[in-house]
Amino acid sequence: MLTILFDGIAYGMLLFILALGLAVTMGLMNFINLAHGAFAMVGGYITVLLMQKAGVPFLLCLPLAFLGSALLGGVLERTLYRPLYRKPHLDQVLFSIGLTFMAVAAVDYFVGSTQQILHLPDWLRGRTELGEGAWTLGMGHYRLFIIAVCAALTIVLQAVLTRTRFGARLRASVDDQRVAAGLGINVNVVFLSTFAFGSGLAGLGGALGAEVLGLDPAFPLKYMIYFLIVVAVGGTSSITGPLCAALLLGIADVAGKYYIPKMGAFIVYTLMIVILVWRPQGLFVRQGGKA
Amino acid sequence: MNPQRSLLAASRWRWWEPLLWIAAFAAPFVLPRHAAIVNEIAITALFALSLDLILGFTGIVSLGHAAFFGFGAYAAALLAKHFIGDPLVGLAVAVAGSTVLGAIFSLTIQRGTDLTRLMVTLGAALILLELANKLDWLTGGADGLQGVTIAPLLGRFEFDLAGKTAACYSLAVLLVAFLLLRRLVRSPFGATLMAIRDNRLRAMAIGIPVASRLSAAYTIAAGLAGAAGALLAQTTGFASLDVFAFDRSADTLLILVVGGTGWLYGGVLGAVVFKLLQDLLSSITPQYWTFWLGLFLVVLVLVGRDRLLKPWTWVKGKKSATSGRSHA
Repeated sequence: MLTILFDGIAYGMLLFILALGLAVTMGLMNFINLAHGAFAMVGGYITVLLMQKAGVPFLLCLPLAFLGSALLGGVLERTLYRPLYRKPHLDQVLFSIGLTFMAVAAVDYFVGSTQQILHLPDWLRGRTELGEGAWTLGMGHYRLFIIAVCAALTIVLQAVLTRTRFGARLRASVDDQRVAAGLGINVNVVFLSTFAFGSGLAGLGGALGAEVLGLDPAFPLKYMIYFLIVVAVGGTSSITGPLCAALLLGIADVAGKYYIPKMGAFIVYTLMIVILVWRPQGLFVRQGGKA
Repeated sequence: MNPQRSLLAASRWRWWEPLLWIAAFAAPFVLPRHAAIVNEIAITALFALSLDLILGFTGIVSLGHAAFFGFGAYAAALLAKHFIGDPLVGLAVAVAGSTVLGAIFSLTIQRGTDLTRLMVTLGAALILLELANKLDWLTGGADGLQGVTIAPLLGRFEFDLAGKTAACYSLAVLLVAFLLLRRLVRSPFGATLMAIRDNRLRAMAIGIPVASRLSAAYTIAAGLAGAAGALLAQTTGFASLDVFAFDRSADTLLILVVGGTGWLYGGVLGAVVFKLLQDLLSSITPQYWTFWLGLFLVVLVLVGRDRLLKPWTWVKGKKSATSGRSHA
């Protein structure tokens, strides 16, 4: 049972890193970005291809995946996304679905439609067991690694958001874009760097998750709903909301698939609908922030 | 002119409309080799019409409209497989079933923002997809529901391989649905829907019961989508998981946007363009046609979807692009 809890937390952490960038775009810029999974896929493919073709070590691939997707995100933000911030939500949905379709077909064309296999280094493959009987806690080393990386990232992000000058500017731009601009904050630069950073995080998540979630061209469509659930359920005004939502979702999904495999993903979707009908703005909403 | 007469005038037939429908009905006979695609277009158009009622006229953004399409398809297919094969009875049962389902799900779309609605509609379609996948003793799971036999239409017209009967059947249902919908949106009820779409707060202030109107529109649209699904299942004799797929909801959104939202012929026109384009593109690049679909969507939004049909405004008038109607 503890093992399931552990796997659920690892899965949730992974979802959190994947969805964080989306929380930023949806929460900050009020942009419904369904193409977020495509950035994650790019990160995953960068890692897999670098390891297979160039023999780059796994640990070096992770920052490269981050940088690659961040760069792509930055370029796209500057060229395509920025004109759309003020368009109706329907336009944004159509645009980002279009981007996703293009990404799926392009990856299919260049890399092929088969599922990619990530060869982990030996020191990440083992498994440690603690305790015995019903309370056995089996920890895969790779999952431990994921939890460690994600926890570190979360702490750093929280510190950046609440303690640094950039964090203050970002929060100001979120709360009221016009007043922030009036105070001399360059909102465009803040948004550009945040979008790029969010895309980079998605890429990192994709690289970390390639082994757990599987990586094929349909990745953005398959996991889009999970990212969206994390953001919609968690609310977009802080990073603790999405974190709690991601952990809840991860544990519910893993436990559901273990105990009642017949139900599959049914539990997660039902849970989401119930929560959203109950609290349409998400579970964790800061009072006073703009919806 | 008093209000009632102006509403009625808008739902009157124009001179070119009978010609259009006669041409549509003649198409399967004039071009017998393309009867199957006429059938497909009619079904897609019906589905797009039903989405137009909630998106174009009521302003509900839905990413999971395929839920009702798929439910109608499975309802009609299961009925034909296990009980009776009469197509009209199957159609009626499918419409009734998906209307009830729509009424249930309509409780979920009354609150929240666009994002919340996107999520719950998408979630509804995914739940049904999971159900159809897991209940494999009933639905055949991932293999689809096979062995559906449909009795002749009205006891006389067989569904043949060429698809002439199928095309006429679907076109007839489309025509009936079209006329009903036009009567609906040009009624006082329809006017309140459009008021809600344009400004929900103001609509509430003048005493329109917003929540119940949203539910009613969503329920009616669900019933129509169920009819489209039933037509697909009956004319192909098959129902599989892809009736619930996300792609179908997304494609229909695209069809509607290409043809123009809030205009009933928009869905029909969009369906014709989309299906012909799909046929053409997928015969050139069968595997990667979604790339071109995606590119088209991106360009469409960047150019501005209300201006796509007016190429002369692309170069000048950059300013007018932002002054369009805002759904925020």
